[in-house]
Amino acid sequence: MLPLILFFIFAALCVGGAINLLVQKHPINSALSLIVVMGSLALIYLLLGAEFVAAVQVIVYAGAVMVLFVFVIMLLNAGVEERTEHASRVAMVLGVPGLIIGLGLAVWVVSHLAGLDRIAIGGPMVMNGSDVFGNPQAIGHLLFRNFLLPFEVTSVLILIAIMGAVVLARREE
Amino acid sequence: MVPLSYYLVLSAILFACGVAGFLIKRNIITIFLSIELMLNGVNLSFVAFAAQLKSLDGHIFVFFVMVVAAAEAAVGLAIIISVFRTRETLNVDRVNLLKL
Repeated sequence: MLPLILFFIFAALCVGGAINLLVQKHPINSALSLIVVMGSLALIYLLLGAEFVAAVQVIVYAGAVMVLFVFVIMLLNAGVEERTEHASRVAMVLGVPGLIIGLGLAVWVVSHLAGLDRIAIGGPMVMNGSDVFGNPQAIGHLLFRNFLLPFEVTSVLILIAIMGAVVLARREE
Repeated sequence: MVPLSYYLVLSAILFACGVAGFLIKRNIITIFLSIELMLNGVNLSFVAFAAQLKSLDGHIFVFFVMVVAAAEAAVGLAIIISVFRTRETLNVDRVNLLKL
């Protein structure tokens, strides 16, 4: 019962933050509500037994990435969003019904997946009665054994991203 | 225990909010934030399926999604800074030319 109550509290926070992101006009308010979404998602990950992912979510996402966003918003002195004069009338009229239909389709598909069998699709079965599931030890074991090559490739990706960011943001002489 | 479908519905709602923000918003930074919201929604379904199937592979995928999102944020924000330098605007409707 308690997990269900906690899930609903954090899910409400998540959805509220996501809707607030859409409603707010100023980018800094949108960024801060995205941090709320990420924080409550980290708590939902804890409910799912994903300790390491929850920690990384807080440190990398809510910490590093969002600090980068807030820093850029401050740097560019971004103001309130401007309205576009020649907005598409079709999009204005059909946007909300289209969104509702899309969401309904997604919910329908997902609710027909709910009876999914408990088949393991590779990877070790770590949860054996105890509460060791998703802890750093198990993740590290998997990451440095089965997924060693993708892990090394990501380091190249990060290196390229850093160099690309430096080159792109450099002031031209 | 919370049923899997609840997590997936929450994930779908977050993803739909991200898509809506991507389409509605005209500020380039807010559009970027909406992309992050979509990635977070997908991550939630990865973790939910990992818990359901008792397999840790989903956690590894989330880890890689986060790495790619961090790289994307670094490059994307650099592009935003360079666009702002040349055009003095963040409105995507006014950024309609590749080259000035």
